[in-house]
Amino acid sequence: MEYKPNELLICVAARQMEDGTSAFIGTGIPMLAAALAKRMHAPNLVTLFEFGGCGGTLEHLPLGVGDSKTFYKAFAALGICDLMETSQRGMVDYGFLGGAQIDMYGNLNSTVIGPHDRPKVRLPGSGGANDIGSSCWKTIAIMQHTRQRFVQKLDFLTTAGYLTGPGAREAAGLPRGTGPYRVVTNLALMGYDEATCRMKLLATNPGVTVEQVIENTGFELIIPDKIGVNDPPTERELMLLRNEIDPNHLYI
Amino acid sequence: MADQEMLSGLKPPLLHPDMDANREWLHKNKSMRLVDKVMDEHEAVRRFVHEGDFIATELYGSVRAPMGICREIVRQGFKNLNFAGQGVMETELLIAAKCVKKCELTYQGWEVYGISNILRRAAESGELEISEWSNAALAWRLKAAAMGISFIPTRSMLGTDTFKYSGAKTIRCPFTGQIYAALPATMVDVGIIHAHRADRYGNAQIDGISGFAWELARASKRLIISVEEIISSDEVRKWPDRTMIPWFLVDAVVHQPFGSYPGEMAYCYERDQEHMQSYFQATKTEEGTKAYLKEWVYDLKDHQALLDKIGTDRLAWLKSQILGR
Repeated sequence: MEYKPNELLICVAARQMEDGTSAFIGTGIPMLAAALAKRMHAPNLVTLFEFGGCGGTLEHLPLGVGDSKTFYKAFAALGICDLMETSQRGMVDYGFLGGAQIDMYGNLNSTVIGPHDRPKVRLPGSGGANDIGSSCWKTIAIMQHTRQRFVQKLDFLTTAGYLTGPGAREAAGLPRGTGPYRVVTNLALMGYDEATCRMKLLATNPGVTVEQVIENTGFELIIPDKIGVNDPPTERELMLLRNEIDPNHLYI
Repeated sequence: MADQEMLSGLKPPLLHPDMDANREWLHKNKSMRLVDKVMDEHEAVRRFVHEGDFIATELYGSVRAPMGICREIVRQGFKNLNFAGQGVMETELLIAAKCVKKCELTYQGWEVYGISNILRRAAESGELEISEWSNAALAWRLKAAAMGISFIPTRSMLGTDTFKYSGAKTIRCPFTGQIYAALPATMVDVGIIHAHRADRYGNAQIDGISGFAWELARASKRLIISVEEIISSDEVRKWPDRTMIPWFLVDAVVHQPFGSYPGEMAYCYERDQEHMQSYFQATKTEEGTKAYLKEWVYDLKDHQALLDKIGTDRLAWLKSQILGR
């Protein structure tokens, strides 16, 4: 079945979500991915939205993280402190993040391109990203894969990944055992090397070569001997995405 | 770790967290007496917002945002306010109308649509002075003020440029040695919250997620609440557990049905997506922004004039679109 690049991106992101875990969901692709995961393999995924939505059904696609669809038929409608403190206590498994730039340690920029006080491009700012990147056990970044976005040096470090490498998070005071876990892009799926905390290629998307991934990455990506290939979207995944999750084509 | 140098952000907080001064101010200026606080938006803004004030709004630009009060602030022509927060539309309107000089920002953007043209122009020209904070950090700073303490230790912002361009400092826990980001308390001059309903004294209820209304209400020297509906105090007394904002925190109660328009209000009305899209298009240029502000803010004398302009059919349709329980 034919599919758009974004549809595959959503499917690969959804497949990272585990049943019975909790995850902070941001606007856009993470919402679609969570809605898909809940209808496929992870019906007991607990979706958390930073302004207070906790354990909703995601029957209707939200347009923002404070949208009433984020707590439709939810177990709890809480507040921002409550949910962020839940994460600070160690009870949130995953957090989904995005950004304009990512570096080899999974640090993210969503604040400025250029100098802070006179930026070339002013981006929205941290929002909940910094909190989610600080205290969730594992974070998953969703990015478009280009050299402008996968950079050697960020213009601004908004949200902590592994900072400067092994031990840096803990030295800065961030909770032990937390950090970036996966990066899902329109070209590939990446993880992190345990010893160096550097990003490594795990799998390419169908039709994408390793060389293409390297060409579109502005830093040295670790290329292991064995690299997988992501499965294309299944008919069921596409049917759910197009007919049930985003029938009005708000995102896809 | 024992030798690690303690760090300071480059942008000192706009408000010095002097909690004894705040205690004295609150003791002198706030009271638990039952006073009818219902007034219109002109009076609320005229009495409680002053040039140079540090203000904060809640929840979030397209959701239960105090749009009606923010439009009135724009109409009254303020030029020198500061704000803490985030927004899709409410803080953006204040920036667009050049009411603010400095802000402690966490997020200003349009989620699905993209980045804010208004923030881009204000930040890239250097017109707006910005310090960076995380979402939870701003809420926790209000929480610290609500607790009456001058800072709160957290595990957010550490190790990042967000910290560097904030007014946070690192500190070491006296019990464990753990490093935390110490966030300065924010007791704002004026807090502005849109709630579902309140009685005439200001006992307010909110349905759905609470955002950071609890914290902001307790971290505001002056608190203006706008409400969809004014209810009787007998009704409040039947459900005292539903009072999220008790009367003694509140200075003004403004009756503004559709006060979050074009944003949504949980269980009441859906956002006006078409209006928001047309606003977003308009803000792509300075001229478009001015034309929008003229048509939708300056040329309307009050909130009722806005509702008249939108029309009852459209408002009824927005009500019909919101999800039930």
